[in-house]
Amino acid sequence: MSEVDHTRPDPDTLLSLIKKEEERGDKGRLKIFFGMSAGVGKTYAMLSEAREAVAHGIEVVVGYVETHKRMETAELVLGLEVIPRKKIEYRGTEIEEMDIDSILARKPKVVLVDELAHTNAPGSRHARRYQDVLEILDNGIDVYTTLNVQHLESRADTVAQITGSVVRETVPDSIFDAADEIKVIDISPDELLKRFQEGKVYTAERSRQAVDNFFRKGNLSALREMSLRMTAERVDKQIREYRKGQRISSAWKSGQRLIAAVSPSPHSVSVIRWARRVSHTMDASWVVVYVDQSDKLSAEQKEQLAKNMKLARELGAEVVTTSGVNIADSLIRVAREQNASQILVGKPDRLFFSRTARLIDDLMQRSTDLDIYIVGQEDGPSKKRIPNIMPRPQSSPLQYLLAVVLVLFAAMICFPFQEIIGYRTVSFILLLVVSLLPLKFGPGPTVLAAAMGALSWDFLFIPPRFTLSISNLEDSLLAAMFFLVATITGLLSSQVRKRERIIRQREARTSALFALTKDLSSAHSQDEVIKTAVSNIRKYFDADVAVVLGDAEGEMASSAHPASSFFPDQKDFGVAAWVYWNEKKAGKNTDTLPSAQATYFPMSGPRYPLGVIGVRLHEDVKFSADQESLLENFISQITSAIERELLNDVNRRSVVVAESERLYKTLFNSISHEFRTPIATIMGVSENLLGRPDTARSDFSHVQLNEIHLAAERLNRLVANLLDMTRLESGMIKPKLDWCDIRDVIGHSLKSLEKELEGHPTAVNIPDAVPLIRLDFGLIEQALTNLIHNAALHTPPGTEITLNVSVDEHECVISVSDNGPGLPAEDIDRVFEKFYRASGGNAGGTGLGLTITKGFVEAHHGTISARNRPQGGAEFIVKLPLSESLTNDLKETA
Amino acid sequence: MNDKSEGASPASASAGPVILVIDDEAQIRKLLELTLESKGYTVRVAISGNEGITKAASERPELIVLDLGLPDLDGVEVLKKIREWSEVPVLVVSVRSAETDIIACLDAGADDYLTKPFRTGELLARVRTAIRHRSSLQERPVFTVRDLQVDLSARTVKKRNETVRLTATEYALLALFIRNAGRVLTHNYILEQVWGPTFSEETQYTRVYVGQLRKKIEDDPTNPKIILTESGIGYRLQAESETP
Repeated sequence: MSEVDHTRPDPDTLLSLIKKEEERGDKGRLKIFFGMSAGVGKTYAMLSEAREAVAHGIEVVVGYVETHKRMETAELVLGLEVIPRKKIEYRGTEIEEMDIDSILARKPKVVLVDELAHTNAPGSRHARRYQDVLEILDNGIDVYTTLNVQHLESRADTVAQITGSVVRETVPDSIFDAADEIKVIDISPDELLKRFQEGKVYTAERSRQAVDNFFRKGNLSALREMSLRMTAERVDKQIREYRKGQRISSAWKSGQRLIAAVSPSPHSVSVIRWARRVSHTMDASWVVVYVDQSDKLSAEQKEQLAKNMKLARELGAEVVTTSGVNIADSLIRVAREQNASQILVGKPDRLFFSRTARLIDDLMQRSTDLDIYIVGQEDGPSKKRIPNIMPRPQSSPLQYLLAVVLVLFAAMICFPFQEIIGYRTVSFILLLVVSLLPLKFGPGPTVLAAAMGALSWDFLFIPPRFTLSISNLEDSLLAAMFFLVATITGLLSSQVRKRERIIRQREARTSALFALTKDLSSAHSQDEVIKTAVSNIRKYFDADVAVVLGDAEGEMASSAHPASSFFPDQKDFGVAAWVYWNEKKAGKNTDTLPSAQATYFPMSGPRYPLGVIGVRLHEDVKFSADQESLLENFISQITSAIERELLNDVNRRSVVVAESERLYKTLFNSISHEFRTPIATIMGVSENLLGRPDTARSDFSHVQLNEIHLAAERLNRLVANLLDMTRLESGMIKPKLDWCDIRDVIGHSLKSLEKELEGHPTAVNIPDAVPLIRLDFGLIEQALTNLIHNAALHTPPGTEITLNVSVDEHECVISVSDNGPGLPAEDIDRVFEKFYRASGGNAGGTGLGLTITKGFVEAHHGTISARNRPQGGAEFIVKLPLSESLTNDLKETA
Repeated sequence: MNDKSEGASPASASAGPVILVIDDEAQIRKLLELTLESKGYTVRVAISGNEGITKAASERPELIVLDLGLPDLDGVEVLKKIREWSEVPVLVVSVRSAETDIIACLDAGADDYLTKPFRTGELLARVRTAIRHRSSLQERPVFTVRDLQVDLSARTVKKRNETVRLTATEYALLALFIRNAGRVLTHNYILEQVWGPTFSEETQYTRVYVGQLRKKIEDDPTNPKIILTESGIGYRLQAESETP
């Protein structure tokens, strides 16, 4: 790499730094109190710091703290808020666990969670406490926790080597790396031992036991060194990150990558841990690769492989599974794809005829530019010889037997005819049978059959017959050639068969995905997509499927989609809900809520989760790594299909809305036009005629003209009301809220009714300090005009009309009352009905005014009611809710 | 007084100001002709938007009465085309009563707006205001409406000969109304003119200050006679006492 490259900040690095900062934004912060062993005072330190935080007014609660009956520690808990533990019944005993739901519901600033490495009781939400902690952090709550160095995954086997005791409760290193702060609690081994002797750590008896076994001075020094070194490494890494952030270029390294090859062997664990340590120090990313040779793995091997992969993931590796006949070739291919420069493989157990040895040979020959590391096996507690996987026991004894029987059978058939065809021809017939065997049998039976063929030919056909001796050299050579040719043919064709099988599997996977994609693309609605998804998963995985969708508000549906092939019970539905909200898979065969019947996978959408897919396998069946990755592919295809349909739906709906709005507007404008043009003419002409000075007011034609004019006005009002009614009923009323002076609204209403209110004294009472409120001026003005007009129309002349306004912070109340005869008591509930007319009421109304008023008020989310006042007369009360209002005293801005 | 229906022909032209009526409805055209000619105006008519644009150029009217629902062009388009080269006052008369339509017209340069059916008295008053606004304002530094006297050169405001004390913003607002007496001013326009373009969304400012101004210059702020509210659109300063 040239110097120029070093000085230029890499945008990807900057981006990832920014991303890291952002990720931290809404997540809680994790602080780990880290020590070399129990008894160094981690819990004590954590509690002290919590108390200090409380003293500074920070909200801290105790999620789970184990005091081990130590007096000083127990005293510190006093006075802190403690979330009660959850009691879990397991095989008759009651176990207390941290109650994560209460913590999430309580939502404090900081929660204290002791012993990060703890394993939860079966039946808890997560298998491990650190998973609880991750969920708490995801919910934006800070966590203080404690951890010993021996519980770190990558250090576990070293600790086992040092102390001789196996550590089972480990936590992934990723959580240690992700911690925002690590506080090392360090005391000297002598001090710690002294504390043991004083009985400060365990009770006297346990203390002695512990000191004898684990807490020997030598052990403690080694553990101490390890914990301090880990922290030092971390500080080093932080400095490097800081440098990246500060664009200090001199210390930059190339983006290194290394690849670790794993197999279904327990030895791979050392390779993975080693790779993690190396990558960490090198600041390189690392990929763990498993090459699937389509060997049939034993159940034990499968489990080990799954364990290896899980470990790799937990330690922060990217995990790749690839298939290929030659491991070395596949590894080199992945290395090129991933742009890796180093390959790590395990050291072979034997030097000759070992598969690993051959792999290393191959790697060395074929990769000139790659560094190959060979990692020794650690003498960990996990050392256990598993059956060598080289000669794969993939053919059953029955197959060996069958292969031999077939060859012998062919020999028997040939036996009577040997005089006719000659014994040398028989060898070709037998050779034919042996070379056909690989079609059905593995290489083992084929080789055996070849040997049996050669022997039986020798024994039964070559003179002297019924002996294994061969009289002439020619026949000896023939027999030897027979064996060689048969063996080579058999092995070659079994190799071909193996390749073919791999290709067929790959093709099956591809065609399954292709079929799914094709089916999904021809599905034209969300229901069809789900139906297709369910039937495809059922077909290819032989499993039951449930789909639970989320709605537009981001809430999960209350039941599975009807197309599902099974319906989760209440408990499983809870699991589905967890998956929905956390967007992580959970359920059977996972670490989260594994007691569920099915495994649930999230379908993540762009803004909110789209839903959850549950897959229920038949009893005791597990997915292979291959199947699981295919299933995840399936789910991502299904997710994008559902998303596509959702978007289509939204588009379709908005097109329909836009179209109906356009149609409505056209109709509305043309109706207004058709009605109002003639009305305008009648009103205008009659008004002109009425205004002529030469028509006396008492004149007959003047009276007639007046009638025409009044009728036209009434018709105009009716048209206006009908149009308003249409607007209301077609749902096209959308209040345009704006700051309004209610005084102004009422003033405008009264002005437009000047003529109608002749003979009706009106009084308006508005408090001086009434604030501006947000409403649609036009709609509310129309609503009030209708109310006032209604009062004027249905009361005898001289009746007084009063408007009262009061505003508080929640609502604005406007009442329109009169001192007239009041509403007919039996009709009070019906006054707002369409075309309701009071019996014996004054003509001139349209029967729509109050309905429209109600509609306009309700469009503002307000209410309207009618009543007869105790002192007589009718009263209409409009209540408009206020979201915010503005006081009149705006600052002078000039 | 001219009752002749063929008022549009040049032969019968009186000396009154020329008004161009652009409307496709024959009855409305007739009504407008009758009403306007009875007050001595000379009326020219156009029955489509394009004809209207041509006549606006050839007839040089002092006022255009424009309908929005024209068969060939939308009225707002006609208005925009005319505004490209002419400042002639335009009074829009339309059946469209939605506030958005009205605001669109005013923003496009209309001087005033009247919804059909209208009262003929109202129409005549608006026509008078619009024509006078163009000609006379600059020569009169002292403006009188009802009992209010505003001297724009001396920056004094008097009501019933008593000085009214206004804040700077209140005065700026009142001066803006007076300079545009009779015209409907939209909230946005007022905000831009008085507070500046960045305030064009803060409609509560106009509400508050108009409220304060009314308390100082109106007899009854609940029943304003000087600064009138145009529902949902804006405000208009009453230029003269109108005959309803």
